[in-house]
Order: sequence, then C-alpha cells, then structure tokens
Amino acid sequence: MAKKKKNSYLKKKITRKSFLKAALYGAGGVIFTGLFDSKAFGQLLESKPRARSVIQIWMWGGPPHLDTFDPKPDAGKDYCGPLNRPIDTNVPGIKIGQLLPLLAKQADKYALLRGMTHGNSGHETAAYMVQTGRKPGGELVYPGMGAIVSLFKGQPPVYKNDLPPYITVTTPQGRFSECGFMASKYKPFSTGGDPNREPFAVEGIVSETVSEDRQKTRKEFLKGIDSFTRGMMEDPLVKVIESCQEQAYSMILGEARRGFLLNEETKETRDLYGRNKFGQSCLLAKRLVERGVPYITINYGGWDTHKRHFETMNQKLPEFDKALAALLQELADKKLLDSTIILCGGEFGRTPRILWEDPWYGGRSHFGKAFSYLVAGGGFKGGQVVGKTDSTGENVIERPIYPWDLMASVFELLGIDKNAKLPHPQGLTVYASPFTEGVVSPKETGGLLKEIML
Amino acid sequence: MSLKTCCIKVIITSALFYGPAFLIGADMPGQAGAQKSFDSFKKNNKIDELVLRELKSRDTPPSETCSDEVFLRRAYIDVIGTLPLAQEAKTFLGDKDPKKRAKLIDRLLARSEFAVYWSMKWGDLLRIKAEFPSNLWPNAAQAYSRMVKDRLQNNTPYDKFVRELLTASGSNFRDPAVNFYRAFQERTPRLLAENVAQLFMGLRLNESGLSESEILGLCAFFTKVGYKPTEEWKEEIIYFNPDGKPLLDKDGKPVLPAPLNGKPVEISPVTDPRVVFADWLTSPKNPWFAKSAVNRVWYWLLGRGIVHEPDDMKPGNAPWSGELLAYLEKELVTQNFDLKHIYRLILNSNTYQLSAKSNDWNAEDEDGFSHYRIRRLDAEVIIDAICQITGTGESYQSAIPEPFTFLPNNQRAIDIADGSITSPILEMFGKPPRNTSFESERNSIPSVTQVQHLLNSSSIERKIVYGRLLQQLINQRKDTTSLLDELYLKILSRFPTQEEQKLALEYLTDTKRRTNESASDIAWALINTGEFILKH
Repeated sequence: MAKKKKNSYLKKKITRKSFLKAALYGAGGVIFTGLFDSKAFGQLLESKPRARSVIQIWMWGGPPHLDTFDPKPDAGKDYCGPLNRPIDTNVPGIKIGQLLPLLAKQADKYALLRGMTHGNSGHETAAYMVQTGRKPGGELVYPGMGAIVSLFKGQPPVYKNDLPPYITVTTPQGRFSECGFMASKYKPFSTGGDPNREPFAVEGIVSETVSEDRQKTRKEFLKGIDSFTRGMMEDPLVKVIESCQEQAYSMILGEARRGFLLNEETKETRDLYGRNKFGQSCLLAKRLVERGVPYITINYGGWDTHKRHFETMNQKLPEFDKALAALLQELADKKLLDSTIILCGGEFGRTPRILWEDPWYGGRSHFGKAFSYLVAGGGFKGGQVVGKTDSTGENVIERPIYPWDLMASVFELLGIDKNAKLPHPQGLTVYASPFTEGVVSPKETGGLLKEIML
Repeated sequence: MSLKTCCIKVIITSALFYGPAFLIGADMPGQAGAQKSFDSFKKNNKIDELVLRELKSRDTPPSETCSDEVFLRRAYIDVIGTLPLAQEAKTFLGDKDPKKRAKLIDRLLARSEFAVYWSMKWGDLLRIKAEFPSNLWPNAAQAYSRMVKDRLQNNTPYDKFVRELLTASGSNFRDPAVNFYRAFQERTPRLLAENVAQLFMGLRLNESGLSESEILGLCAFFTKVGYKPTEEWKEEIIYFNPDGKPLLDKDGKPVLPAPLNGKPVEISPVTDPRVVFADWLTSPKNPWFAKSAVNRVWYWLLGRGIVHEPDDMKPGNAPWSGELLAYLEKELVTQNFDLKHIYRLILNSNTYQLSAKSNDWNAEDEDGFSHYRIRRLDAEVIIDAICQITGTGESYQSAIPEPFTFLPNNQRAIDIADGSITSPILEMFGKPPRNTSFESERNSIPSVTQVQHLLNSSSIERKIVYGRLLQQLINQRKDTTSLLDELYLKILSRFPTQEEQKLALEYLTDTKRRTNESASDIAWALINTGEFILKH
C-alpha cells in the first residue's frame, strides 16, 4: 500500500475525506470536522438556557422612533407632524404611537429600548454595527448575530432538525455578508417567494409547478442516469453531493417542508396576522419557531422614508401593528414566548425633526444617535422601558444601549458563553461576545440589559 | 482490505458502472499493476518527469490519463470558466489530430474569456468591490477591474503588473491601479504590508515566524502613501507623501525600511519607498515573488498548491515537491514573467490531464497529484453554464451604495467587475464577499441548500421550461436519438453512452407525459448530475 510522507505542518491535519465527510443541512451545508467543528467552539453557558429561538424583525431603512415606540407629543408639529396623539398601553405610564393600537394592548409582553444609540447614520455601517455588534475597522469582517446563533444553537446535538437553522424571510438581509469571516455554510437560507401567495413557493423546497408525483418520477430518473456519481463514490466530494441530494429530498418530499405550508393554518389565524407579505411572514416565523428553528429573520424593508414619510407610516404601521400583535399573542398563548426572543427594529432611527423643505416635503432622514427597539420574550421582561431620550428624541439622556449591549444580552439569554469562540478560517482567536475581546470602550456601553432580563 | 479483494472490487465496479467517458481501464492486481501505472504515465513535459519522480518516491501510482471528453470540459472550465458549446464539443471529440489537446489549450488561452475569468479571480484577491468594508466606490471598482482585465488580455508580464499596482499614484477614477491602496478597511502601513506579503509573496506576515522588527521593516516601505480627496464626488488621489509619519520601534526610534532578506535601506527623502520596495519584490532574485506566483497558478488549476495553502508559504510548510516548484519558478523568471507560459506548461502536462478516478493505490493521496482533484464549479461558472445551456439571463444588482446598480440580463457572472454586485444564487453558491485576500474565502463546498436549489427551485425550473435555446432544441428535433445527443453535448459536453441513451429514450417515449415535459426533465436531470456540478 502507498506510504506517504507527512508534511510537518499538517500535524493537525484534517484529511480531505474527514473534512468533507459529514454533510448536514445548514444555512447550509456541510459540517467540517476538525478545525471547523462547531463542537470545538460551541460551549453553552447553561444546560437549560432561557431562550431557544430568536425572531428578528429587521426593519431595514430605519423606522422612525418618534412615530412608533418613543413618541414626543409635546415636541410640536415640527417633530410629530400629524402623529401627535400617542396612545396609552395596557401598562400604566407607557405610551406608544397612535398607529399601533393592537400593540398597545400587549405592552405587558414587551420591553421598549428607548436608549438605543451608535451615532452612525450610514446604512451600511449602521447595519453592520447592529447586525454584528461590532464597529467596522481592522482586518476582520464579523458575522451577523444569526450566523453566530446558528453556529451555537443550530447544529447537533443541540439542534436535530431537517429545517435550516438560520432562515431569512424572504430575502437575505443584504448589504453585508451575513456570515462574515465564518464559512459560508453559516449563511442563512432564504425562502424567496411570497408567503401571502398561494402556493407559497419556497426556493428549493416547495415548488409551485412540480407535483409530488413528478418529483418522485424525476428523482428516480436522476438516480438511474447519474452514472458519474455512482462510478465515483469513493471520492469524498462526490459523496457529499450524493448525501446532500438525499437530504434535499428528505426535505422536498418529507415532513420538514410542512413548516412552510401556511395553508395548514386556519383562515382565522391567517387573517389575524393580516393578509399581506409581512403578516404572513410573521405567521411563518411562528410555524418555524414551533419547529425549533433557532434564528429567523424577517427582512422587512421600506422604512427608508426620506419622502412621503407620513403617507408610508399610515400604510405600513397598521400592517406592522396587526402582524406583530398577532405574533406576540399567539406565541404567548402557545407558551412559546418564554423561549423565543423577538427583536424588532432597524439599523437606526429617523431624524426627529421633520424635513419640511424641498425636496423632502415632510420626510425623515437617517438618525443613528438615538433610536428604539422592541424586544420581547425568551427571558426579556415585558412592560418595561429602558433608556430615555430628551424632549425631542434627539439625544439619549439616560441608560444608553449600544448594539453590542443588546447582542451580548441576547447571547446570554440564549446561553452562549461569553468565552465562546468563533471558528476563524486562519485560526485567529475571536470571541462571540464583543465584550470578551475588550474592544468595547467603557464610554460606549451601557452594559447588559440586566434590568429586564429574568 | 487486502490487495486482492480490493482489485476484485475495482474490476466489478468498473464493469458495472463506468461509461466510456470515465473509463479507466482495468487495474492489474498487485505490484505489477502499480508498476504499470508508473510505466504508462506519459511524460508530456518536464513537469511530468518531476511529478513522476515524486510519486515514485511516495510510492503512489498515478491514475490514467483522462478521456478526451473529460479533458475538453475540464480545460474549458479551468481556463475560461465557460462550458464548451455543443458544436465545440462535437468538433473536438471528432478531431483525429493527436495534438488536439495542445491546440485546444492554445485556443483557450487566447480567448477573451480567459482575461474575463482570471480578472474575476484577481478581483477576489484584490478585493474589488464598491463598498463595505473597504470603500472603492462603484466607478473606481469598475475602472480597477477593467485595468486588471486589460493587463490579463495583453498578457502583461506579471512583474510589470505587480509593479504597476504597487507604485501607482493618481486618481482612483483615472489611474485605476491606485485602487490597490484603497481596498482596505483601515489604511495603515501594517495592513498594507500584510496584504502585499500575502498576495505577492504568499506569506502571512503574522504567522510566518518573522520577528517583529523584520515585519516593521517591511511595513516601513508603506509609511509614505498619501491619500487626499478632490473636488469631485468620491474622487481620491493616492500620492507619494514625503511627510508620511515614520513607524517607531519599541524604543521610539524611527524604523528604516528593510527588505525581508536584507539590511535596512536609507531611502532619500525625495524617493518613493514603494518604488524601492517594488524593485526588490519583482527582482528575479526575490526568493518569494515568482515562487508564490507559480504556486498560485498551480493551485488554481489543480485545486491544491505545491505549497498549500498558496497564501501560507511559511518556512516549515514544505512543498509537495521542491524540485517542481523550483522548476516552475525558474520558468517564470526566464520567460520574463509570462504567466500564460506557466498556464500552458501545466495544462499540457499529463499531470494536469490525469483522470479524477483514483486507482487502487492512490485513493488516499490527498496532498499530492496522483489524480485530478474533484472540485465544485465556481458559483459564477455554474450559473453562467445554466444560462448558456438554457439561453436565459440572470439579474445582478447592488444595493450599495445608493442609488442601486442593476446590470442587464445578458451579463455573465464571471464578468461582474464589482464584488458588491451580486445575486442570491451567487451568494448561496459561495461567491466570495471580497472581504479578505485569502484564497480560502471562496467557498466551493457543496451544501444541501445549493443542491436543493438546483433540484427544485422556481428559478432553475423556469430556465429549463422557458429557456429559449433549450426549448428551441426540444421543439425542433423530431429524431429522439439526435435530440439526446444534443442535450448531452450541450449539458455534459459528450455523447450519451448506450446505457444512458436507453434509459433516456425510455423516459422520453413514456406516454404518461408530454414529450416536451420529458425532454425538459432529462435536461433537468443532467444539470443535477455530479458530472455537471463538479470539475472532474
């Protein structure tokens, strides 16, 4: 038999075979053994962490904090425009925007973070900071929160499920690479399609046009005709393709796909969420959480309202209100809210002072100095407000919350150890938590959200 | 497993499964078979002599030379990132010229797609993208990529190309090479030096066992790179700034620039240190420059560097064959840094033309070159291939910066200049984000999501069912045998075997489906074979 010289540097060698051996569904893909093995990195803090899943409602473009969760009715017309009558919620002392009456009935379930700040008003940089909990710069491009959560909570033995662990509805978040320096298998699976359409075509899983019978016929024909794969089965990569196909079909023809079948819900339930894309996306998120998917992002665009701001709010906020209220209610009713974190917000807020002038005519611009987030469930206490802005909502005057504060708090609820490391392709030591690396300046943190963490 | 049972197994599986396209011939049992593998190994050029010597010393008999069908597809994909057209495949396969492989290599190296495909690879390494985390800006990214493509098209000597990048001054829009100094998250001498060392010397400065003072000496060459804005929106001038602040060592003394293998150099205050550095780097005597370049080309074509990884040529990371590396290095230098010459040498070698099918003795050879290394097609190549087969387009766009960029539908993915312009499919198949210059940033490991997408996505389904070229072919042909031939040539660049023809004919003539539907299914199935998505 062949004897081989071993290259000295390959002592910790991962053979190509073992490297490619275990194929697994991932945002997706193949689990590397050895160097990239998640087990080497996925140390969990507790055996029973509070939270199991995260639903991130990513309102990209930047929703206006004054018209939603941090109203300033006394600031006058130049700040409030027509939305100057905030409403009481079911928690005494907490008021929210007047276009959110259904959410007002559920304030006991969520906390409002009114002290959010990072100071950057460019989409790319702000999105990067909020998604990764890091400032840009240096050599590393960090992974987003979803990729990190799917690393720690989306792989066996923690997660044994055919569904991908990190799902974006319906498109990727874009604007930066979600997996950062980590391998692209930590990227999200994007559903594509429109959950408000019948049928809801999920790219690669639920076909609009190919019936189940035809799927089976095709599959059988493919097996027969693919002489290459049969002849090359000793090659590790060919084996990976083969096993990926098997897993793909167990999804296409199997039980897991039912997670996406919204028509299994009653008409009443579907109506409760609103018959629109965002409403049905929230309903889908609920179904995925029921099946244990650890991280779901609803990529909810359209908040970059430089112009036609109030017209857009009149159209968007009611749909947002209805869907999120339904989601909170249903998760609570099904006792899933305790283990599901909901994060709701964008990369920044919008200028509190309205731009009446040409060419905006009543728009709001980007605003990174102060903005709001709604968080709920998974160990976050409801009926709370954290942080405070000044009388015009332009400056955080109490309890600032930076993106890394929020991210580290979420990690703690998920049970991700603060010393847990991320797999870096060149083997650099990088921690999941931005605090562990000591890169966060004490001036730029308000600390973990201990006041609202159970 | 004993040698005997092993051989029996091989013979049985050969008999059962191999179509002529990947026919490897029966292995002879025992040492005689191993010896025969060595003896029958063709020596097309010097590379093969050196590789054979190495394989013998490692007692790893090489596989057979691949078939014409396999070679044709492999060469197109590796050299120009493009599938052969059905007609091109037919012509090549029917050609009786014994020199037809060498001639094909010359034709491919001369095609315009060569420059397109390799400017994509260089675009990855140079991180050509409009925005985030580095900020080139769209028109600068376009200009930069066009410059790289132009140099590849003209086969500019590699030393001149690198020199141009390293010594460039001027505007990011009008002197595109200056963008080399702009594609960084942070523009510090340290990061510039790290990147230069990685790209052009194959060294990771921080992991190469160098002392801190050696590293600082290298960084000191990059302390006088100046950046200034102009009146034009997002224009930036890169210039030699004599007042650039020197680096200080731990005693607070200014660090003199020092090449890695030499003494610190005094550079006159009016001389741009980058020029001194480029002189040193691109000198034929530089022990890293040519070596890392040929090692990269080898990696690109064979899927593994002679030193692996190709950007980690630290001492202690021994080459698979030092002689082979030295030979290619010498060839590059004596041929005036003509990189195409290196491509040509490698492509013409029997080593490159070996079958991917392992034999009885070399299946475990994971570091070496006893058989061709199977890899998944690049993201861009897969989607381009499917578009070519079906006669459809893809839409690519960039959301950064605003206003959004949209490309016309006939855009080839390998020809996207700006890494910020992408599509969900490219992302899914692992198009690199161009955040770093590591070769490993390109991830071509197959995943369930990718496979699922090819099997069952509306986007692929639509291409097959509505694709102009594919449906034309299906509608035109009355004669089922030639329809199958055309489908196979178009998708797999070969004719079907008898067994395949039989299976496909049965499917095509099954009255349970309309013929068009069956023909589309056959095309769908061929696109989903391992043979299609893998380089082999």
